[in-house]
Amino acid sequence: MSADVYGRIKANPKFQELVQRRSRFAWLLSLAVLVIFYGFILLVAFNPAMMAMRLGGEASLVTLGPVVILSMFVLFWLLTALYVKRANGEFDELNRAIVQDAQKKGAKR
Amino acid sequence: MSRPTPAFARLGTGLAALALQASAWAGPAVEATEKQPLNLHAIVMFLVFVAATMGITYWASSRTKSAADFYTAGGGITGFQNGLAIAGDYMSAATLLGLTAMTYTSGLDGYIYMICFFVGWPLILFMMAERLRNLGRFTFADITAYRLDQGKVRTMASIGSLTVVCFYLIAQMVGAGQLIKLLFGLDYAIAVVAVGALMTVYVIKGGMLATTWVQIIKACMLLAGGTLVMLLAMSQFGFSYTDVVAKAAAAHKDGWKILSPGKLTADPVTAVSLALGLMFGTAGLPHILMRFFTVTDAKEARKSVLYASGFIAYFFNVIFLMGLSAILIVGQDPQFFEGGNVGGKLLGGGNMVAMHLAKAVGGNLLLGFLAAVAFATILAVVSGLALAGASAVSHDLYARVIKKGQASEADEMKVSRMATVVLGVVAVLLGIAFEKQNVAFMVGLAFGIAASSNFPVLILSMYWKGLTTRGALAGGYIGLFVAVALVVMSKSVWVTVFGNAQALFPYDQPALFSMPLAFLVCWLVSVTDSSASAAKEKEAFDDQFVRAQTGYGAAVASKH
Repeated sequence: MSADVYGRIKANPKFQELVQRRSRFAWLLSLAVLVIFYGFILLVAFNPAMMAMRLGGEASLVTLGPVVILSMFVLFWLLTALYVKRANGEFDELNRAIVQDAQKKGAKR
Repeated sequence: MSRPTPAFARLGTGLAALALQASAWAGPAVEATEKQPLNLHAIVMFLVFVAATMGITYWASSRTKSAADFYTAGGGITGFQNGLAIAGDYMSAATLLGLTAMTYTSGLDGYIYMICFFVGWPLILFMMAERLRNLGRFTFADITAYRLDQGKVRTMASIGSLTVVCFYLIAQMVGAGQLIKLLFGLDYAIAVVAVGALMTVYVIKGGMLATTWVQIIKACMLLAGGTLVMLLAMSQFGFSYTDVVAKAAAAHKDGWKILSPGKLTADPVTAVSLALGLMFGTAGLPHILMRFFTVTDAKEARKSVLYASGFIAYFFNVIFLMGLSAILIVGQDPQFFEGGNVGGKLLGGGNMVAMHLAKAVGGNLLLGFLAAVAFATILAVVSGLALAGASAVSHDLYARVIKKGQASEADEMKVSRMATVVLGVVAVLLGIAFEKQNVAFMVGLAFGIAASSNFPVLILSMYWKGLTTRGALAGGYIGLFVAVALVVMSKSVWVTVFGNAQALFPYDQPALFSMPLAFLVCWLVSVTDSSASAAKEKEAFDDQFVRAQTGYGAAVASKH
């Protein structure tokens, strides 16, 4: 019965560990994205002149705005890659072990 | 839809365009377009696209037997394919034309808009992707109704879905008609009927499998076309960003100001409300959510987002460069202006910047290709919408609410096909009825409803044990109602459509107000709900939580 399996999975301390570790990681990454993005939006809203600041001298053609936005594109995508790597590797491994455990115990009974 | 002045100014604040932009084509709807001479290159290339996708639909129809095949392509799509398909769903003709035009007129503002469209994706991955796949089967109502009252919650979810789908479809149809009239030189009505007919055939015959492949082909065409135009344009400046920037700032009427935020600074409330509406609206769009059920497991669902966000991020950067170089290549060439008057009105309207750029760097052939891409894009998006709408009718309303889970699979599929035909006819009729109307607000409305009704109930059902049927219904319906009411009272409807002098609600995107309200009502009604069924629903959360986390018991891919 799958309901039994759910009960056994839930009782497994490894499951609590998986949930805790994966959730903490997901929240941390979400928080990073939200803080950086809304920080940027508020900066744009309240101090727009800053975005036109020239980087590296008066005559520089590189301004802050495009550099910040490009960095966000790259950083946010890298964060998704980081999450997928850990979730599909480490966390899924742990997940498989937990489910197998619960099914095995069920068969023994 | 973002577009340059004067149509842009009509939208009120510049940021209004933001909400109307994402994954939808509402642009040409804002102003009626002039019919252009027949464009043979474009028509031939588009016919090639239609022939190819019809071939795929024929192939898909032989593999679409069960309900699972129809709704989710049997759950056998890979993460990479699904990533391309999601990118296809998300990057519409509006993205290509509207954002290029936005960068062309306002420089950095266009780039800021693009990061706003992008930022929802990492969050969808971190918060939702694996839970969606582990809990859902065909529609997102599978998840919201998982432990709640099937009939009532599914009814609400399908009302939410159908409302979003209908408004979105109208905006797409009107946009399609205007765009095709402009690019291909065909009549508006013919264009709308053609889009409706093709969409219906794709969905009825090939279900999700055909729809997915239409999306994939279209995404590849869009990526290839955009990249080619960008490379040809940048080659004129030795592929140097600083060279383009220096010359563009010198040539643009706003000079160096194009590198600082313009309209976005006007009003922080609008900025935040729109950022919220876009971010969480994306996470409540039925046709986007449905894509998560087409992959094998949570692993592939996560990979889908990784690939999709990679393609989307890449393409937005391509568009930024296209827009910048267009300032020089299009903006200084008399052949693209009415009466050869440089700096005057662009031929075909402001949204034609990307098309003019294609013509300038690659001649009529490249122009034809890009026009065909734009049409293909609209077709792909409406097909996804029609499928999502049909699923809400057949899987949620018919099979679960009316037949209480007792419907045969054959009957359910029959209903879904009938629903597709009805949606196709309705879309064509409304598309024709709204030809002369400003329908830009409809996309904003779709996002507002998705963020204020679908999304709060969906996320709470996955994350909060305390959510009860009463809470979900109260919050979902109030979110829906308030979002609609606020949009009706906003400038884009109250002033632009109804012709009143003053808007009752000063912002165009309601999300900042309606979304927290929906959450609050969900919470308040749930915690005060002491019924016996509520206790049972809370108890059922634990099993749901284990399944959401581990994927044990999740719907598996059917074998082919």
